[in-house]
Amino acid sequence: MSFITGVGLTAFGRHQGSSSLDLMSKAAELAIADAGLTRAEIDGVLCGYSTVAPHIMLATVFAEHFGVRPTYAHAVQVGGATGLAMTMLAHHLVEAGVVRHVLVVSGENRLTGQSRDASILALAQVGHPDYEVPLGPTIPAYYGLVASRYMHEYGVTEQDLAEFAVLMRKHALAHPGAQFHDPITVTDVMESKPVALPLKLLDCCPVSDGGAAFVVSRERTSETAVRVLGCAQAHTHQHVTAAPGLSGLGAEIAIARAKQAAGVAISDVRYAAVYDSFTITLAILLEDLGLAGRGEAAARVRSGYFGREGEMPLNTHGGLLSYGHCGVGGAMAHLVETHLQMTGRAGNRQVRDASIALLHGDGGVLSSHVSMFLELTR
Amino acid sequence: MSDGKQALADWTTGAEAIVYQCCAACGTLQYFRHSFCRACGAPGPIEKRASGEGTVYATSLVVRAATPETRAHVPYNIVLVDTVEGFRMMAHGDNDLAIGDKVTARFAQFAGRLVPYFEKVK
Repeated sequence: MSFITGVGLTAFGRHQGSSSLDLMSKAAELAIADAGLTRAEIDGVLCGYSTVAPHIMLATVFAEHFGVRPTYAHAVQVGGATGLAMTMLAHHLVEAGVVRHVLVVSGENRLTGQSRDASILALAQVGHPDYEVPLGPTIPAYYGLVASRYMHEYGVTEQDLAEFAVLMRKHALAHPGAQFHDPITVTDVMESKPVALPLKLLDCCPVSDGGAAFVVSRERTSETAVRVLGCAQAHTHQHVTAAPGLSGLGAEIAIARAKQAAGVAISDVRYAAVYDSFTITLAILLEDLGLAGRGEAAARVRSGYFGREGEMPLNTHGGLLSYGHCGVGGAMAHLVETHLQMTGRAGNRQVRDASIALLHGDGGVLSSHVSMFLELTR
Repeated sequence: MSDGKQALADWTTGAEAIVYQCCAACGTLQYFRHSFCRACGAPGPIEKRASGEGTVYATSLVVRAATPETRAHVPYNIVLVDTVEGFRMMAHGDNDLAIGDKVTARFAQFAGRLVPYFEKVK
C-alpha cells in the first residue's frame, strides 16, 4: 500500500529571480510540512527535469541543495507524464519496502529563466531530429496535426475546443495561485492569435515558473489519507509521424490497465485530473479515458458536467491551460489539487465528493501515458 | 547500413527524393531509416524510393514559429501524408490543403534545408 501524505504547490506565473532549485525547494518544503514529516525522514527523492538548467544528476543536485541524504534518488523524464510516472514509481518503491517516504518534486523557472522562443525550441525537440524537426514544427503544430485529424474524424469544431479553455479559465479564477485571473469566452478563444491552426493562443497552455511536490509514504501520517489504488502506463510511439491511428492511442491502453490494477470502474470516479497542454489534448484524453463519449466531451463541458458543481469536477485549479505550465511541475499541480479536494481542503473550490479520483498524464505527442486512481481512506 | 548496402540519398541529406524501407523478411514498411526492421528485427531492410503520391492525413498551419530562420517562412503548412506506398510522413504543403486531398510531392527550400512539399493533384 502507498499513501500520498503531503502536497506542496507554489503559485504559477512569474517568479523573477527564482532558480529551478529554488522553486523545487519551496514546493518540497510545503509538501514535507503538509505530510507532518521532517526533512530527515525523507529517504527517497524523485525529481523531474528542468529545460532551463539541464543536469545529468538533478536529483542529487537537489538533495544536496535541499539538505537531504536519501538512500534512493534519481530524476525521471517522460515529458508531461513525468509527474504521474514518478508517483507510480514512488508507489512501487514504498510498496516494495525500498524506502519509507519518497519526496516527488519538480520546479522550473521556465518563464523568466529563458526566452519563450527557447522554451518552444527546447520542447520541439520531442520531434524526430531528421524527419520532423527540419520542417520547423512546434509543439502546438504537433498537436495541431492531431487536432485537425480528430476534428475531421469525430466532427469536433474549433468552438468545441474553445469550451475547454473557457472552463479551465473559469476554474483558475477561484485559485489565487493561478497564472491567469481574467475570465475568457469562446469568442475570446476563437479571436486569439493563431499559433498552429486549428490551435490558437488560448488553446495553448502558457509557459510558467512554478514548483510542485508531494510525499509518497508506506504508511499514512494522518487520519485522513489518500491511497494509490492502482496505476499503469502505455507508450505507443515518440514521434507523431509514427503514432498509431486515433483509435489506438496510449490513453485507452493505460486506463484499461489502471482500472484492472485498481479494481475500479470509471463509474466509481468522482473527480478527474486530466492533462491539458492544449484544448485538443483534454478533449481527446477525456474521451479516451471514457469520461465522455467519442466527440461528446465539449457537450459535457457546456452542460456543466466537468464544472465544480458538476458530476465530474475536472482540474478545479485551472489546469495547465490556466493555472499554468512550468514543465514537470505543471501536471503535478493536478495531483496537488486532487489531494486538496479529496481531503476537503480546497476552500472556495471544494467539490462535494472527491472520494475516488482519476488522474491522467501525457508526454510527447500523446506518446507516453500514465493513468492513476486515488482513493480517500479514513 | 550495417549489412553494407548503400543507403539511398533522400531529402534528409539534401537530395530530391523520399526514401522508405521495406523488410525482406516480414514485408513491414518503415519511413524512419534504421539498420533493422522495427517489426521483426531482421537486419538490412531494402531501401526504396517513394513515388511522392499520397493523401493528406492531417494538417497544421504554423503561424507562430520559434526561430528567426523559420519565422521568415510563416505561415507554413505542416502536413502528415499517407503515401500510396503505405507509410506516413511529415512534410510541408500548400496552405489550403485539406484532409483527404490527393497530393504529389515536389521539393522546396525551407530555413536553409531541402524539404518535401506536397501540392494537390490537379
